[in-house]
Amino acid sequence: MLVRVLILGCIVLGSLSAYAAQIRVAIDADPISLDPHEQLSEGGIQYSHAVFDPLVRWRHDGSFEPRLATSWQMRDDNTMRVTLRDDVLFHSGNAMTADDVVFTIRRLKRSVDFKALFNIIEDVDKIDAYTVDIHTKHPYPLMLNILAYVFVMDQQYYAGQDDVIKFGETFASKNVSGTGPFIVEKRIAGQTLELVRNALYWDDESDGNVERLEMIPIRSDSTRLAALLTGDVDIVSPVAPVDMARVSRTPGISLSSIAGTRVVILQMNESRREEFRDVRVRQAMNLAINQSLIVEKILRGHGVAAGQLSASPFQGHVPELTPQYDLERAKQLMKEAGYEEGFRVTMMAPNNRYMGDEKIAQAAAAMLQKINITVDLKTLPKAQYFQQYDQRVADVMMLGWQADTFDSNNIYEFLLACPNPDTGMGAYNASEYCNPVIDSDIRHANREMNPERRVHALRQIERQIYDDAVVIPLYWQSIVWAAKSDIELDHVVNFLNFPYWGNLEVER
Amino acid sequence: MLSFVLRRLLQAVLVLLTISFASFMIQGKLGDPVRQMVGTSVSVEQREALRDELGLNDPTLVQYGRFLGQALQGDLGTSYYYKESTLTVIANRLPATLELSFCALVLVIVMATPLGVFAAINPKNWLSRSILLFSTLGLSIPIFIVAVFLMYFFAIEWRLLPSFGRGDTTQVLGLWQSGLFNKDGLMHLLLPSVSLAFVMTPIFIRLIRAEMIDVLQSDYIRFAWSKGISAPRIYFIHALKNTMLPVITVGGIQTGTLIAYTILTESIFQWPGMGFLFMDAVTRVDAPLISAYLIVVGLIFVVTNTLVDVVYGLVNPRVRIPGYSA
Repeated sequence: MLVRVLILGCIVLGSLSAYAAQIRVAIDADPISLDPHEQLSEGGIQYSHAVFDPLVRWRHDGSFEPRLATSWQMRDDNTMRVTLRDDVLFHSGNAMTADDVVFTIRRLKRSVDFKALFNIIEDVDKIDAYTVDIHTKHPYPLMLNILAYVFVMDQQYYAGQDDVIKFGETFASKNVSGTGPFIVEKRIAGQTLELVRNALYWDDESDGNVERLEMIPIRSDSTRLAALLTGDVDIVSPVAPVDMARVSRTPGISLSSIAGTRVVILQMNESRREEFRDVRVRQAMNLAINQSLIVEKILRGHGVAAGQLSASPFQGHVPELTPQYDLERAKQLMKEAGYEEGFRVTMMAPNNRYMGDEKIAQAAAAMLQKINITVDLKTLPKAQYFQQYDQRVADVMMLGWQADTFDSNNIYEFLLACPNPDTGMGAYNASEYCNPVIDSDIRHANREMNPERRVHALRQIERQIYDDAVVIPLYWQSIVWAAKSDIELDHVVNFLNFPYWGNLEVER
Repeated sequence: MLSFVLRRLLQAVLVLLTISFASFMIQGKLGDPVRQMVGTSVSVEQREALRDELGLNDPTLVQYGRFLGQALQGDLGTSYYYKESTLTVIANRLPATLELSFCALVLVIVMATPLGVFAAINPKNWLSRSILLFSTLGLSIPIFIVAVFLMYFFAIEWRLLPSFGRGDTTQVLGLWQSGLFNKDGLMHLLLPSVSLAFVMTPIFIRLIRAEMIDVLQSDYIRFAWSKGISAPRIYFIHALKNTMLPVITVGGIQTGTLIAYTILTESIFQWPGMGFLFMDAVTRVDAPLISAYLIVVGLIFVVTNTLVDVVYGLVNPRVRIPGYSA
């Protein structure tokens, strides 16, 4: 009898533990608020995917998967009809309907951070309880990319207290009701965010078995890693390049490294320096930089050497445009341009923003010295750096860019279009490069609804930039997560760096 | 006594004014707080509008005047990140730092006093020499190296102690989240407080030793020996008491060092105290929180040193501090 009870007990315990995993995740930055519309940042979107659901979301292969929206089709050039799931409940118990979607999209249009993305949407109409029509200002090919940011909020819950402001406390910044796989149990800003599984979650196909998920921001790279090595946490990200070898060596811990899409580049300011207006000088500088060596030595292989702006999942990516390294040719070009003796430039880079940023800037400076360009390098913490960046105080500046739409054109709009304070185009064009042809190509690509023609247009821009050597692309930063080996991270982390925690499976 | 306290209050106000002014002067150099709080696609115009809203585009002196006006009403501003009054945010983090400092101080006293006295009484002993060698090491190794080493061995290699955070806390008297009353909390306290103590102890060992050697040669001690008083009584009652006078003064001044060290220790161990809060505020350019922290720390410094003076008067009745007539 006793034996039977024991066996039964073991079975019960065994089945319980299969569905009772508790996972602690240490990340470098926590969401600044419980309001998903307050800040468009990696941390904020990661949080949104756990507590809310988007209308659609990206699959690992770059296509879209239906979430709260079940289907969508274009009614005319400017209208998309979206059908919603009818079996979804918010954490508050309210049912999700078209009203919530209308509410959410209108609220996004008021959010300082999301405004730029949602500006394209003229308005959204409720057709029936589970159907909405989304009207755009002009034909827009990236509707789904935008809908992946519509994390539907509970209209009834937030009614009357739905302010979305940047500075100051609001109802939504401290209270939350989403539809997502996890419910917020407790948040201490800067210390912990404790989530519990949503027992009434609509997605029964999800194999996720994490009962409690705790997100802990740990700032220092070494402390975060130590927390994983000691077993105090189960998953960490990011991992500093110097520590990666150690992590892969450690038994019981596995490293997931995925090619990301954030491109890190150097921008040569053409209005500050006459020399940079000569395409031969820009080409020479591109040829003098050895991207592969930087990736291998400084990033320890956790990055992809870039010869263009668009990473391979992006439509503008042209496989032939690989980084070239040819010192002889570079010297030759400098000679032809009349700068055989070289010149002196100033360069600035952040020292705590991108993976290995400071070391990479130093390496680039040393490489440019080989073609007699002497670089006075100054590196700063990101808070000070971007203040200087906005004022364009150095001849060469480092910038990393993550396209919010995960589309090439976003990079071109911000980094290559002629700077125009009125439209906001070229806001990060620290090259001060201005080519009206490219500008009109960018505008065209923003309206082109035919996928093939659009891809062609984007690739055209990418080639033009390459030939003109407008910027020096360095690398695409990899997304690196480390976890205990019983955690199936590969299913969850993706090239967007928005892990879908709801699907996380743990064998314990 | 009253005039002493009044004088100290006046000094405190001056100190706080200076600190707040200095913290305002550096704010523009730290970076743009708005830039830290918005995504990359937010337009320059939008950012300017936010700066206007926060009053960041006003001349520094106007901003400072506004800050003083609010400060007089007990309002040191609202943190950009925490969206709460800065004083509330700091008050929430204060217990963690006070407990850490308290434990470190206890360790310092427990280690430094016997070691210092021993080294003074037996200056030629090999143990005294090794104590001095250890103290030189402690003085010359920076705290972050000590902390990282301790973490590496005790947390990562031997898995004896936790690597970060404060662990479980218990509510004490309804207002204090304390880690001192449960095992997990104490385990978490161990590494950070030992790191702090490791770098704070040496200076006290040396100070106690030097002062004690001095005192042991004074006339009244010789007189005590000739009267036949027992050795422990001479060492620990007559000599140690007088040795402690300079130690107390230096102890007061060391509060500043302790606060600086808590910033480093807390950052390494992700200790949710004021020092870590400050480091975080600096990276986020949370200007109101930075100013408030500096003012609170200034206040702590003034208060500790006032207390030190009072204690000094009690230990050594011969001392006459101007305005202090007990």
